[in-house]
Amino acid sequence: MKKEFYNIAKLVNQNSKILDVGCGNGELMKYINENISKDIRGIELSKSNVQKCVEKGLTVIEGDAEKDLKQFPDNSFDYVILSQTLQAFLDPENVLNELLRIGKKAIVSIPNFGHWKVRLHLLFKGTMPVTENLPNEWYNTPNLHMCTIKDFENYCRQRKIKINLKNLKFHNFFSELGIFVLEK
Amino acid sequence: MSKFKDIKKIIVEKPLKLDCGQTINNFPLAYETYGKLNSEKNNAILIFHALTGDQFASGTNPITKKDGWWSYALGPGKAIDTEKYFVIAANVIGGCMGSFGPSDINPNTKKPYGTNFPVITINDMVNAQYNLLEYFKIEKLFSVIGGSMGGMQVLQFVSNFPNKALTAIPIACTASHSAQNIALNELGRQSIMADGNWQEGFYQEQNKQPDKGLAVARMAAHITYLSKVGLQEKFGRKLQERDDLKFSFDADFQIESYLRYQGSVFVDRFDANSYLYITRAMDYFDLTKKFGGNLSKAFEKSHTKFFIISFTSDWLYPTSENRDIVIALNAIGKNVGFVEISSDKGHDSFLLDVPDFLNTVKNFLNTSYKNIK
Repeated sequence: MKKEFYNIAKLVNQNSKILDVGCGNGELMKYINENISKDIRGIELSKSNVQKCVEKGLTVIEGDAEKDLKQFPDNSFDYVILSQTLQAFLDPENVLNELLRIGKKAIVSIPNFGHWKVRLHLLFKGTMPVTENLPNEWYNTPNLHMCTIKDFENYCRQRKIKINLKNLKFHNFFSELGIFVLEK
Repeated sequence: MSKFKDIKKIIVEKPLKLDCGQTINNFPLAYETYGKLNSEKNNAILIFHALTGDQFASGTNPITKKDGWWSYALGPGKAIDTEKYFVIAANVIGGCMGSFGPSDINPNTKKPYGTNFPVITINDMVNAQYNLLEYFKIEKLFSVIGGSMGGMQVLQFVSNFPNKALTAIPIACTASHSAQNIALNELGRQSIMADGNWQEGFYQEQNKQPDKGLAVARMAAHITYLSKVGLQEKFGRKLQERDDLKFSFDADFQIESYLRYQGSVFVDRFDANSYLYITRAMDYFDLTKKFGGNLSKAFEKSHTKFFIISFTSDWLYPTSENRDIVIALNAIGKNVGFVEISSDKGHDSFLLDVPDFLNTVKNFLNTSYKNIK
């Protein structure tokens, strides 16, 4: 399993009620389900990924986070997880608001466009950065709204979203990924 | 009827007040079981059949000698594994496979009920079948499962008995029958009623059968169970045992011949009045009605874990209507999973060999069962 998932899993409490938005093939859900809380379910857009979740015996709702989060009532989950998907939404601001509405806490991870490798790539090659975490070319990337850890922190500050816990190992220059626990 | 004398049935003595206002009692409810009830009595599944189904979901139907309607999904080692689960399937009231229906003899008149049979609803069907839990002394079902009209019964069951099913799988169904579906059912009913042999529903007394009307109703309905793509792939414009068009109204095309065949075999196993009564029950189904249009309220007291399944090419009970149920459950924080299975086999997908569908049911049941152990 990805190191990111271990780090996210460490942030949720035992037996809490969790929603994994854009749960992919269910890898993180499976780990949490087996080790931390059975009360976890996911939303996933891709049919093949939904089937992979079903194969793992996980509760999954086939759907589109941009449209379908609105059906959940306020504070219906202890944690809502969004792993490396925020930048791919048409309207990430709306999704973020929805996460904070339906979850008491939101755990959001973002690929950091401010990482030194990304900066050097653009500086020296003059082409759009392609790295391990950002493997696509400019013409086929699903990432519509790339940001840096610093951008995200600024965003939260402006909107008075509390960054409850920021994993201190992450840093705008040295971290490929930022993981944040957010509260209204 | 004598052909049903060897099938299993219970006689429900307790009075059942029907939605139409009438009360029935001492009525037969025909059922079949598959697998064994374990000593903890926690492995029981009640499955509900669709419009033309019956209690013989798997194995060979002793009346028709054909495979049970859910043979792909139900049996040893299958999605609903009868080596693990105890499965009960009943024939709905209003049906024609041994449960109380319009072809039964009215003890007061000594004649078949015909159209004097009371109009029944999905709610009535479910309330009648609830007696099977008492009969088998099952406190709580592990699951309730059904597709199409069977899915409507699943929804009604959970709403009526919120603590009686641990899990529920409504498949390819709706919480409220649509105008399009009422229209299609009306087409079938009018076809039966237009057959001179129907005799206002009292055809049995006159040894007649409205076979032509019932066959046309089945042909029309059968088209709605398939998809345009599926039909095109299977039949296209292929001709039936001929090299060229005959410039007549014979069945030139394979699709015509296929539909005629479907109609002709259907009349041998199904009663025309039952077709009227059951389609009426479907049309009357609107789970939101009692709750001021708010479907969530129908499930407020439920602790059941839902898994809802729809199919991409099903235009009779489309994904959008299945998703409405998911939305209603999410709105009140209930536990629900949902998948839309890719299949070009139309509404009938749930009855056919669609591996993604069968695996989905299997995985959901097995994981849920592991969690109670």
